[in-house]
Amino acid sequence: MSAQPKVSVQNVAKIYAGTVVLERLDLDIAAGSLCTIVGASGCGKSTFLRMLLSQETPSRGRILIDGEPLPTEPTPDRGIVFQRYSVFPHLTVEENLILSAEFDAAPFSGKLRGAARTKAREEIAETLDRIGLSPARDRYPAQLSGGMQQRLAIAQALLKKPKILLLDEPFGALDPGIRADMQELLLELWRELSMTIFMVTHDIHEAFKLGTRVLVFDKIRHDPDAPDRWGATITYDLPLGRPGAQTIPDAKALFALKNTTRGDAPNA
Amino acid sequence: MRLINRKPSRITAFALGAAPFVAVIVAYAVASHYRRLDNPADKLLPSLPDMASAFGRMAFTPDRRSGDLLLWMDTLDSLERLAAGMGISILLALSLGILIGFIPHVRASMAPFVATFSLIPPITVLPILFIIFGLGELSKVMLIVVGTAPVMIRSVAQAVMELPRELIIKAETLGASVWQMMMRVVLPQILPKLITAIRLGLVPAWIFLISAEAIASTSGLGYRIFLVRRYLAMDVILPYVIWITLLAFILDRLLLLASRKAFPWHHMQGESL
Repeated sequence: MSAQPKVSVQNVAKIYAGTVVLERLDLDIAAGSLCTIVGASGCGKSTFLRMLLSQETPSRGRILIDGEPLPTEPTPDRGIVFQRYSVFPHLTVEENLILSAEFDAAPFSGKLRGAARTKAREEIAETLDRIGLSPARDRYPAQLSGGMQQRLAIAQALLKKPKILLLDEPFGALDPGIRADMQELLLELWRELSMTIFMVTHDIHEAFKLGTRVLVFDKIRHDPDAPDRWGATITYDLPLGRPGAQTIPDAKALFALKNTTRGDAPNA
Repeated sequence: MRLINRKPSRITAFALGAAPFVAVIVAYAVASHYRRLDNPADKLLPSLPDMASAFGRMAFTPDRRSGDLLLWMDTLDSLERLAAGMGISILLALSLGILIGFIPHVRASMAPFVATFSLIPPITVLPILFIIFGLGELSKVMLIVVGTAPVMIRSVAQAVMELPRELIIKAETLGASVWQMMMRVVLPQILPKLITAIRLGLVPAWIFLISAEAIASTSGLGYRIFLVRRYLAMDVILPYVIWITLLAFILDRLLLLASRKAFPWHHMQGESL
């Protein structure tokens, strides 16, 4: 095999207590992709992300990373940023950032003191500057704006240098202006660190603006008598190449397309 | 303007807060006045100056028999028992509460037991404690532990389970072990909740302290009020009740203050009481 996919999803389904959430997921993601995932609420995009994180296990099928089965629990090789609760509220900005170094260096106390702590603080000084939080280094997350909190969350996730970064609607709660800045920051980091990124968003414009590949999740089969019988799957898998190459009209065209295919489905 | 939108000013709020206290004191003074018009030696509703002098006697005049300043001795003895009992309860609440809340296997094994244990009316085990630990300090301390620990364990465990799962997962992706997560993520975040649990636990703790002292003791605030009850000494009992209430109030406020000082991040998220 010349180019092994970074992530390989093979015939994966997720069923909760008889409700089929996701089914027939089959895809290979190349290393260095920025894969955006869109779809209606409740169509299982976050569930898919949680399976990639090992927070949940597929009911059927399997997921491979570099040809190896996914670990059974969350591990440092996959970073995560949630929409909320991504940073530790009881730690200041700086303490949030040195935490992973502390976990590495102090197996028992999980806390660095004295010279080791000073060194850890120096190591994250550049990161602090980069995300513009140097002046806020001693503040608690509750004292930060939503954008600052998410910048901190992304920086914190990247400190472990994960091969894969998972983002669950990371900018969903932010104002449009701040959101655009955050998107720029994310693209810069992605280019620099050459990670594979999966990003769930409910904003189709964002999906097309950022993604090198856009996955659209939707239910294609409906049974009006048994709404739980069929789950969502990937209805569109659109390789885009470089992020930013796509313009918004494509998104509109896509939605128009969706509406026609869904026309025959009851209660769609 | 609707009533729910009208907020009292600081002065109004203070006056409104003080009003019920003043009302009770005035009502008492009036009732006491009329009772003593009928019978100047009335013991049930002693006058405010009588109570003040009785309280002064307990606090500042050495006891004729033992030479002790009774109020301070009683207070010290009671607070020692309270501190010992609550100290043990706090240690149990932290260790068991975190394990039950954080580790599913421990939860499966311990949660039903703690839940059942917490339903035993603590006073019913007092005879058992007296038989096992004797009539000394230990049985009184253990009564406070039995009365407060199960509820405190459950509220700490609940606080641990209510931590956003996202934070635990984030810690896992940062490479934390279970022990490290307990020390750096779980413990510091539930400490403010522990203080709340202590403040709530102190209410039953005082009840069990006074009960145990009333039943078998030779010192302490509870012992004293049940002792002087035999002489209908309301002039001692009433000031003692007020003193106990004041101690409980001060402890509660100190804990709240400590929480605000030690966990500023917790109180930033808008919280009261």
